Amino acid sequence: MAKITLSNLAHSYLPQPKGEQDYALKKLDHVWEDGGAYALLGSSGCGKTTLLNIISGLLKPSEGRVLFGDRDVTHAETAERNIAQVFQFPVVYDTMTVRQNLAFPLRNRGMAAPVIARRVDQIARMIGMEAMLDRKARGLTADAKQKISLGRGMVREDVNAILFDEPLTVIDPLMKWELRTQLKTLHREFGHTMIYVTHDQTEALTFADKVVVMYDGRVVQMGMPAELFEKPAHTFVGYFIGSPGMNIFDAEVEGNVATVAGHQVPLGAAYSGLSGRVQIGIRPEYSLLGDQGLPFAIRRVEDVGRHRIVRGEALGKPMNVILPEGMPVPASDARVQFLADRVNVYADDWRVEGGAL
Amino acid sequence: MEKTLNNKAWFLVLPVLLLVAFSAIIPLMTVVNYSVNDTFGDNQFFWAGLEWFQEMVTSDRLHEALGRQVIFSAVILAIEVPLGIYIALNMPKGGVWSSVCLVLMALPLLIPFNVVGTIWQIFGRVDIGLLGHTLAAIGIDYNYTNDPVDAWITVIVMDVWHWTSLVALLCYAGLQSIPNAYYQAAKVDQASRWSIFRYIELPKMRGVLLIAVLLRFMDSFMIYTEPFVVTGGGPGNSTTFLSIDLVKMAIGQFDLGPAAAFSIMYFLVIQLVSWVFYTVMTNLDKEEAK
Repeated sequence: MAKITLSNLAHSYLPQPKGEQDYALKKLDHVWEDGGAYALLGSSGCGKTTLLNIISGLLKPSEGRVLFGDRDVTHAETAERNIAQVFQFPVVYDTMTVRQNLAFPLRNRGMAAPVIARRVDQIARMIGMEAMLDRKARGLTADAKQKISLGRGMVREDVNAILFDEPLTVIDPLMKWELRTQLKTLHREFGHTMIYVTHDQTEALTFADKVVVMYDGRVVQMGMPAELFEKPAHTFVGYFIGSPGMNIFDAEVEGNVATVAGHQVPLGAAYSGLSGRVQIGIRPEYSLLGDQGLPFAIRRVEDVGRHRIVRGEALGKPMNVILPEGMPVPASDARVQFLADRVNVYADDWRVEGGAL
Repeated sequence: MEKTLNNKAWFLVLPVLLLVAFSAIIPLMTVVNYSVNDTFGDNQFFWAGLEWFQEMVTSDRLHEALGRQVIFSAVILAIEVPLGIYIALNMPKGGVWSSVCLVLMALPLLIPFNVVGTIWQIFGRVDIGLLGHTLAAIGIDYNYTNDPVDAWITVIVMDVWHWTSLVALLCYAGLQSIPNAYYQAAKVDQASRWSIFRYIELPKMRGVLLIAVLLRFMDSFMIYTEPFVVTGGGPGNSTTFLSIDLVKMAIGQFDLGPAAAFSIMYFLVIQLVSWVFYTVMTNLDKEEAK
């Protein structure tokens, strides 16, 4: 087990990348602490899998280095890295039984038969497949196969890290929850570094201590789930985390006041000298409907149980507001107010930290 | 649902029936006819019953040809199948070179059997052939017209040259259908090269290998043209395989009765062996799925 350092890493699938747009993974420096449970979150095609494959050595990066502890493994083969990886779609060895499948990585490391047997039983219990150990893997359903893949990923105790590439896509929702819990237990028990790729924010937030959000080949933010929610470093994070995502408006900001389409919005901090495209972002959770503030035209109300999502239009743009349980839905031309210290200010999509008032 | 009974609809089957009759049944029945009669031409037939069959079953000549045939098929399968797999594993997986490889590999398959025979017949000749002459020049005593061993080697090498491509191409197609994730998983699991072959590539090639083995078995068991052109079945009878013997009997000696009996048994043997192959291999497949 070791800390994984990515230093000046970049990757392009083209042999001669011309500009930044040719890079699937833009230059990044990143450290995965030993024993951390990370979720790598981002929309499809943002470079998550590329990053994962570089860590596991399935892909050689065009630039930069990968270090496990102090050892430079940039050019080491996957097998030398002693790393486990679970893929999006099940990969099982058809001709083997479930037991042989689970034992395969251990056997390849030449471990003793009793050790293998004990570990295989343990993992089988964890993925709930004890009863099927002696069946051929071939005839099983997709989610049983994926459980085998997961089990094979977790069976080695001494791996440097376990990488999960959207492993629960093919698993049914109930089982998903259970397996995720199992993964957490496993993490607590063995303290493996785990990196879990997903585009599902619930999955990311429930699994990980730290969430890494990627956008367009870059890591845009890494932090605790609460940080991502309160202070999204990039408009993409604001939009991607949260349901519904952050409301974002083009604005002019001077001091502690933002002007949006002629209306003034008070801010919780002071800003000066902003350049580029300036925007403000406000979570639906921190918007209040009432009879004061900006005009808000209600279009639709969705009841999602604990609260209601009010979809409407403010300042000429679609906007969502979350109405806590018990609050009445106002009449059609309501007004909306933002909690001043929850408003984030962005310049060219990146968050700007405000100064004292 | 009420079914409409209309027996006239059977007439719709007639064209197919006629086609099959002319293409298969009638010619086959002719052979059956010859096999149970004795004839001296002129369409005069004398009933012979199973006499020809008895004669053929006990014939040393047939036994020897069958022995040679079995050895030949076994040898070429033992060489072509592993070699074809080996070539397929080492072919480039994509890009220009894979196309070049595919075209080169397909070339021997496109040459008419007769021409293949002629090529090797000349290639191996000691007086003018590149191979034969070169071997003679470096002091190796090679002559496929005199030496049975040399004749066998020539015929086998020729068959390997001609047909290994087929096995290789089929295997290559099988290999191409393996998703990359399998190789990635194997790397992650620290599998050895042999394990990758044994647990990923071989199981995925199984279907095409079954077809390859079946095709190569049937073709090699019926082989006629190429060895006939190269050695004419000689020296002596050393490369006289079943087909060559059959033709000698039927056309050379005009023993139509025994030849017909021989043909029918030959046909049945091929059917039987192919069926056994197929059943065994598909059963293995089912066994695996359990």
